[in-house]
Amino acid sequence: MTATSPTTPSKIDSSCRLPLFTLFSGAAVWLVLSSVFGLAASMTFHKPDMFADCAMFSYGRAYPAWSHLLVYGFAIPSGLGVGLWLLARLGRVEVAKPLLIAVGAKLWHLGVMVGFVAIVNGQTSGYEWFELPRYAAMILFLSFMLMAIWVFVTYSRRTETALYPSQWFTLASLFWFPWIFSTATLLLQIFPVRGVVQSSVAWWFAGNLLNVWLTLSGLAATFYLLPKLTNRPLQSHYLALFVFWTVLIFGTWTGIPMHSPLPAWMSTLSSAAAVMMIVPMLALASIVFLTTIGAKTACGGGSLCFSKFGVLSFNLATLAAAIAACPAVARVTDFTWFTHGHTTLRLYGFFAMTMFAAIYHILPRVTGVEICPRRTKSHFWLALIGTLLLAVPMMIGGIKQGLKLADVSAPFLDSTKATMLGFRIGTLGEVLIAIGALIFLANVLLSILSHYRAIAKIAIADATAIQTAEVKL
Amino acid sequence: MKSSNTIFLAAFIALSASWAGFVLVPQIQLGRADQAKTIPAEDKYPLARAGLAAQGAEVYRSLGCVYCHSQQVGQQGVKVEVLLLDAGTNASSTLAAIAKVHPELNKPETITGLPKEIAYVADIAASDALVKAVTAVGGKVEVNVIPTGSDISRGWGKRRTVAQDYIFDHVVQPGTRRAGPDLANVGSRLADLNWQLNHLYAPKSMVKDSTMPAYRILFEKRKIGKVASADALKLTGDSAPPPGFEIVPTDKARELVAYLLSLRSDAPLFESPVTPPPAAAPATNTVAAK
Repeated sequence: MTATSPTTPSKIDSSCRLPLFTLFSGAAVWLVLSSVFGLAASMTFHKPDMFADCAMFSYGRAYPAWSHLLVYGFAIPSGLGVGLWLLARLGRVEVAKPLLIAVGAKLWHLGVMVGFVAIVNGQTSGYEWFELPRYAAMILFLSFMLMAIWVFVTYSRRTETALYPSQWFTLASLFWFPWIFSTATLLLQIFPVRGVVQSSVAWWFAGNLLNVWLTLSGLAATFYLLPKLTNRPLQSHYLALFVFWTVLIFGTWTGIPMHSPLPAWMSTLSSAAAVMMIVPMLALASIVFLTTIGAKTACGGGSLCFSKFGVLSFNLATLAAAIAACPAVARVTDFTWFTHGHTTLRLYGFFAMTMFAAIYHILPRVTGVEICPRRTKSHFWLALIGTLLLAVPMMIGGIKQGLKLADVSAPFLDSTKATMLGFRIGTLGEVLIAIGALIFLANVLLSILSHYRAIAKIAIADATAIQTAEVKL
Repeated sequence: MKSSNTIFLAAFIALSASWAGFVLVPQIQLGRADQAKTIPAEDKYPLARAGLAAQGAEVYRSLGCVYCHSQQVGQQGVKVEVLLLDAGTNASSTLAAIAKVHPELNKPETITGLPKEIAYVADIAASDALVKAVTAVGGKVEVNVIPTGSDISRGWGKRRTVAQDYIFDHVVQPGTRRAGPDLANVGSRLADLNWQLNHLYAPKSMVKDSTMPAYRILFEKRKIGKVASADALKLTGDSAPPPGFEIVPTDKARELVAYLLSLRSDAPLFESPVTPPPAAAPATNTVAAK
């Protein structure tokens, strides 16, 4: 890139500013609110009657509010924002219609809020990971299309034609979401299908959302950040291509649990796909190993730390899901907290951590103001310890619960008691995650604020300069 | 990859394959399912929920019960019980016929003290051989199919649940987690209306050490007027209201309980047989043993 070229990185970054500010600040607010509801849900296991007179925080509403805010409020907007920046930077092109993307982002956040209010007031759809009611789903779909169209236009105007792996992943994620989301909205809420076909559609959607969309969007960031931060080339594009294909081919069939009233071939196929996800997992591990080995960059609690922990969590979560898909293990782990444990690891450990890494990398470039490294470091440790304290005891508790459930001589309540220790530790994890989320929100808002403060300072300086000039005249 | 077309083609192929597999094919296979007939009674099954129970399904969804309660029963296999009702006119030839299939049953006690269970085999095919052998020589047998598995041992159901059980449900909530017990057959397991109401108001008063949250939001605590309300909950101990007050279920509580009592998926079906068929729904409000 030469200085004379019309699109310098700083020009590209400033063209991203408005949409990214909208997407990231909203995502950070939702993340904080989601962790509040996560904490409320987890309190139910300490004191079941805590919210007996308050429907909003009762478990059956706090839990879907948590997952709705985490996935639709935090994950998707931050993934989209990071994707937009990656496409603009890698394509060496300024963002097309940043204002329209920002409007789309505002509309998205409005849809998330409508869905959230509906859920806590009991208007939940009843499908896991797709809790929002029909009207909120329609807002989200329209706003996603509004954003995705201009993100795609930005990509198609690129001046750098050679494609980098992050671009494949982002583009596929732009394509994936409207398809799965419109299928779920149409077939579950607008023209509902009959009987267990609903479950099939809902599980297919959830599998594609959690195991494909989050993976595509997260790995797009990983494949950009790891080489960039370690200052080494990605090893290699072929392996990345292999990860891309295998995630698409296997990931899309996951989601249907081993035990369900659906025909057996479906859960068998889905379990096989979950086991096959080990293939992209191993390829990803090799990429990360080959790329970062020998790199002398200290990670120091910054983006690199977040990103590395993200990859580690992805591998652990995928491995746990693959093991739990084996029939002999599924007999114990199905219907237990084990599934929730590795899903949490995927959401918080892989996706959220990777997004933190990307946002902490992107924001200083967009605002021109560094984020205090001490604050990112404390966020890193809180998020890391919080995630581990939440996910690991939940998985262990889940196995204990499953063993008790399978043992018919043990009374049912023994199986709930077996998970209690896991919940107690998990609540501590939720607290740490919530504090971490607050720091993240502070980091994002302060960063945006300091950008405007800097602009204001320049404007004031200009104004005073003009004034003094006028006085001199 | 050099071009974006390849990326979209890759995504299109992968996603359309799984869409066809998990959305289209189930719709073709199950999407038009209609009432089936139970065996051997040939009643239509399932019947759509009506009135309070249908409204209660909405309360169940709205309160997010599905996050702790599944509504599906699993089954690991079946045991087939063969009962010899009558040895026929020529008892010794019946015994010989039985012994041909099951040599270990070649003893005189097999055909005495009838009717009784003579064999307990692993599948229907194995029972068929015995049934054929006995009926050929004029004996009478009855075959009982008994599903087995941990869910069934826990009393959560008589048989596994199948797609047929859910055809009239919207929203279908089979659930994926059992923080609480399975509810697929709670209507036949715990059929007492008052038990259900008390349990929703104060779970611990009905099940010691229960971890279920109380749903006091479904009840109204009010001052007793001139006459105490007839449908006030009869509560004792910690959960009882202060003197002069009564706890009355709201419409939502009644709807939810009507729905819970309607949850029953034990009709014997061709695809999921169970004999002898479970008793019909109880007419009285006797507390069913857990």
